[in-house]
Amino acid sequence: MTRAVVVEDLRRVFGDTRAVDGATWAAETGEITCVLGPNGAGKTTTIECLEGLQRPDSGTCRVLGTDPWQAGADHRARVGVMLQDGGLPQSVSAARLLGHLQRLYRSHRVDELIERLDIAPFARTPVRRLSGGQRQRVALAAALLGDPQVAFLDEPTAGLDPHARLAVWDLLRERRDEGVALVVTTHGFDEAERLADRIVILDGGTVVADGTPAAIAAGGRLEDAYFALTGGTRG
Amino acid sequence: MAETTLSPAEPQGRRILAQARFEAEILARNGEQLLVSLVLPALAMVALIASPYPDLPEPRVALVVPGVLALAVVSTAFTGQAIQTAFDRRYGVLRLLATSPVGSDGLLAGKAVAVAVIAIVQLVVLGALGVALGWRPDLLGLLLAPLSAALGVWVFVSLALLLAGALRAEAVLALANLVWVLLAGVGGLLLPGDTVGGLDAIVRWLPSGALGDAFRDGLTGAGVPLLPWAVLALWGAVLSLAVVRTFRWRD
Repeated sequence: MTRAVVVEDLRRVFGDTRAVDGATWAAETGEITCVLGPNGAGKTTTIECLEGLQRPDSGTCRVLGTDPWQAGADHRARVGVMLQDGGLPQSVSAARLLGHLQRLYRSHRVDELIERLDIAPFARTPVRRLSGGQRQRVALAAALLGDPQVAFLDEPTAGLDPHARLAVWDLLRERRDEGVALVVTTHGFDEAERLADRIVILDGGTVVADGTPAAIAAGGRLEDAYFALTGGTRG
Repeated sequence: MAETTLSPAEPQGRRILAQARFEAEILARNGEQLLVSLVLPALAMVALIASPYPDLPEPRVALVVPGVLALAVVSTAFTGQAIQTAFDRRYGVLRLLATSPVGSDGLLAGKAVAVAVIAIVQLVVLGALGVALGWRPDLLGLLLAPLSAALGVWVFVSLALLLAGALRAEAVLALANLVWVLLAGVGGLLLPGDTVGGLDAIVRWLPSGALGDAFRDGLTGAGVPLLPWAVLALWGAVLSLAVVRTFRWRD
């Protein structure tokens, strides 16, 4: 395995707020890396730096060996992105949107994804009329249809019913086994424990844990370790 | 990075054309936009030709049709783009497409091509309606009109992006429609500045007045509209610079 994603001493400041404050971690090819952390921990800012949407104030971001901020179309075609807010145009149907996106790639897997994510029943419905779970599935298909080598997925199973969640986990494991590096941000301990080969926990813009789920849980429960590391208390 | 045959992305030209087709379909299928882009300009044309108000030199159609064509350009380049881009920004569409092979540059290029295509359709349809109502444009003016339209698209897409990249989507929706009404009514767009209460000295320097004058001067055979073109070019440069400096990709 090789390092597909590298974050070194990353810093990003907004006014007086240090959103990311010296974070260092990496994600390997053929692995699922789950990024956990409380709201405001710096997860989205870090991921957006890796997606080329934000420019780091200092430190290094590398995805497939490339600086995402400087990357061209060739690089972007190798990287799939699922944003937290979906990024889906509201007036078009899933079929129209995915049909458009597939034209940006030389090869694509859109038909397979429509079947695997059970999008066909609502493919002709405008996005604005879809449920939250249906939109999640369309956004995930948009992220994966170009057959990326790296995918950044922001809460890919939020709002999904249990059946759909299992289907998504199976899909992500298959892509991992094909050698894709998957970076998944989540608030779900269950998801992280079941899905992750490696977990990175952020708090206050820094990495407070980085390792396998078993290593971080240290014989206990991941949830307990998380609260201990992030200074929170369980409700 | 140089693209090779191994690139997983389609070539840049195809990506931009795909984005332009996508944007144009969204614009064309939007019923409200169709109303502002074609129906209202067509109604304005018929009403202004049939009505004796405001006082215009005869034949009225000679001044009315160029003004309506200028209005149509603004409808698509400004009102339609401002609203669509603002809501795309709200829903994260701009950010998602910026991470796709089309990228932010391709996205903007696709929007520009889409607006140009829609504007050509508008000008042909409204021009044909004008001819049916008795309009006989100057032939040299017809050759000059595409440059006036192109300058107008540049200026008003820039203005649209300036608003859409800085304000909330709801504010853009309200403001874009209000500005469209004001430009049409008193901005020298639909009618010459000297018909709107002696504001000609101001209106001719506005982008709306300059675009209206560019169409009117050319299509009535009054000469090559060098001054209106210069005014539009200046506005285009200023507004483009402002967009580059202020546009924010997230709401």
